[in-house]
Amino acid sequence: MLSVKELHLRAALLNAVRSFFSSRDFLEVDTPVRQPVILPESNIEPLRCGDHFLQSSPEQYMKRLLAHGCTNIFQLCPCFRREERGRHHLEEFTMLEWYRSGADYGDLMDDCRDLLFHIHLETSALFAGTGLSGMGRYLCLNEDGSDSPWPEITVEQAFQRWSPISLIGALNEESFDEIVVEHIEPKLGGTAPAFLCDYPASMASLARKKHDDPSVAERFELYIAGLEIANGFSELTDGAEQRRRFDKELERIDCLTGRTATMPEAFLRDLEKLDSCAGIAFGVDRLFMLMLGKDDINDAVVFSPLEL
Amino acid sequence: MPGPSATGIPADTTIHGESMLNASDLRKGLKIQIDGDPYIITDFEFSKPGKGQSLYRCKLRNMINGNQFSQTYRSNDKFEKAALEERKMQYLYNQGDEYHFMDNESYDQIFITAEHLGENVNFMVDNMDIDVLFFDNKPIDVSLPIFVNLEVIKADPWVKGDTSGTDTKPVTVQTGYELQVPPFVEEGDKVQVDTRTGQYVTRVKE
Repeated sequence: MLSVKELHLRAALLNAVRSFFSSRDFLEVDTPVRQPVILPESNIEPLRCGDHFLQSSPEQYMKRLLAHGCTNIFQLCPCFRREERGRHHLEEFTMLEWYRSGADYGDLMDDCRDLLFHIHLETSALFAGTGLSGMGRYLCLNEDGSDSPWPEITVEQAFQRWSPISLIGALNEESFDEIVVEHIEPKLGGTAPAFLCDYPASMASLARKKHDDPSVAERFELYIAGLEIANGFSELTDGAEQRRRFDKELERIDCLTGRTATMPEAFLRDLEKLDSCAGIAFGVDRLFMLMLGKDDINDAVVFSPLEL
Repeated sequence: MPGPSATGIPADTTIHGESMLNASDLRKGLKIQIDGDPYIITDFEFSKPGKGQSLYRCKLRNMINGNQFSQTYRSNDKFEKAALEERKMQYLYNQGDEYHFMDNESYDQIFITAEHLGENVNFMVDNMDIDVLFFDNKPIDVSLPIFVNLEVIKADPWVKGDTSGTDTKPVTVQTGYELQVPPFVEEGDKVQVDTRTGQYVTRVKE
């Protein structure tokens, strides 16, 4: 359970997030947490709630709001993923998601930089004197307050630099995730936050392929101190292509779990009206954990599962 | 690092029904059976790279030969719980390298070799209650009480005014084990020893 002081720090972080987006004319939205149909993602086990699911992400309804005429929107909400428990995972966690119309993943990387500096400005006074890390420690600030550029590393480059086997080899023998966890993540975001970008096209079910290189998707992950903090991409807006990818995911889900998943028809209908945009999911509890200088996410939420 | 494979049982097979474990049951301290041997998970980490699959990264130690290895499991892997049983036993006596125990309930007697008991023999005295861990009806480990009282059978006398400057001296206890104790401990005294560290705790008045 957080101490009263830590509750104040967490509230300051949430306030800073809200003031950042409202100062940039983002509309705060709150979409349904209980969803009758979810976007098919074979690597996420949803938590059932009667004949509905608890959201693993607010993505489908936020994109439908964009199709409905919204431009820039954000949301802070609880998300649920079954059997994700560990030092850096909770079955229920707090997600920040935001979407930008007419933007691509590069704009989201700029947002990430601006957001973290805003959080630093808004919370550093409260963190001063607590002995806790706060945000500043992770931003690689120079003495004059300026900062160093954050590295952008493509997945291909990361494999060349740190992996014992090639990217193609890892994809063929299905060890991509193991290599990322064991050899690449520990190298990312040690001094300044880092972006790992341009994932293999097969690993981004909802992202747009890169114009000049369709073998990769315009997708990135933000890493701080070896920890994945956010996942963003240029959104796929081609309904037919999205349906083909969902078909594959539905097949994988059936094959891996035996669960029969449903095609999200309302989402696909609205996708036809969606103009180019980009969206990102950002783990608030993980960021707060780093700001507290802790290494267990259970120490960064108001009540941990064992305290309920 | 290469290591023994998981049970190798296909995911959809339900051998032993409920005793099969899923990857989501893995945690530090869990004992599972791999290739016929019991293993304890000594380190556990759940990982899931963005949009990727769940990875269950384990360090395991073979509970019989002590060999260690690392292995990453995935959601669909299945495991068999190690069939371990702890029995309350009494240590009776040793005959050379054979240490004889009796089951407190069935009165069955077994023996375990000195080699297998390792340093435990330093702290075992006749008629001591000891928990013995069995795997597949074979004893594989013993849990001693944390503190045991042992009689000092050999000690140099304490010379008052000893100026050697040392504040401990070596003594030998009834099991043949040698340890450092304060100078006032004498032959025939009983000392309490911490079996986890093998170190002197206090002198015992009986």
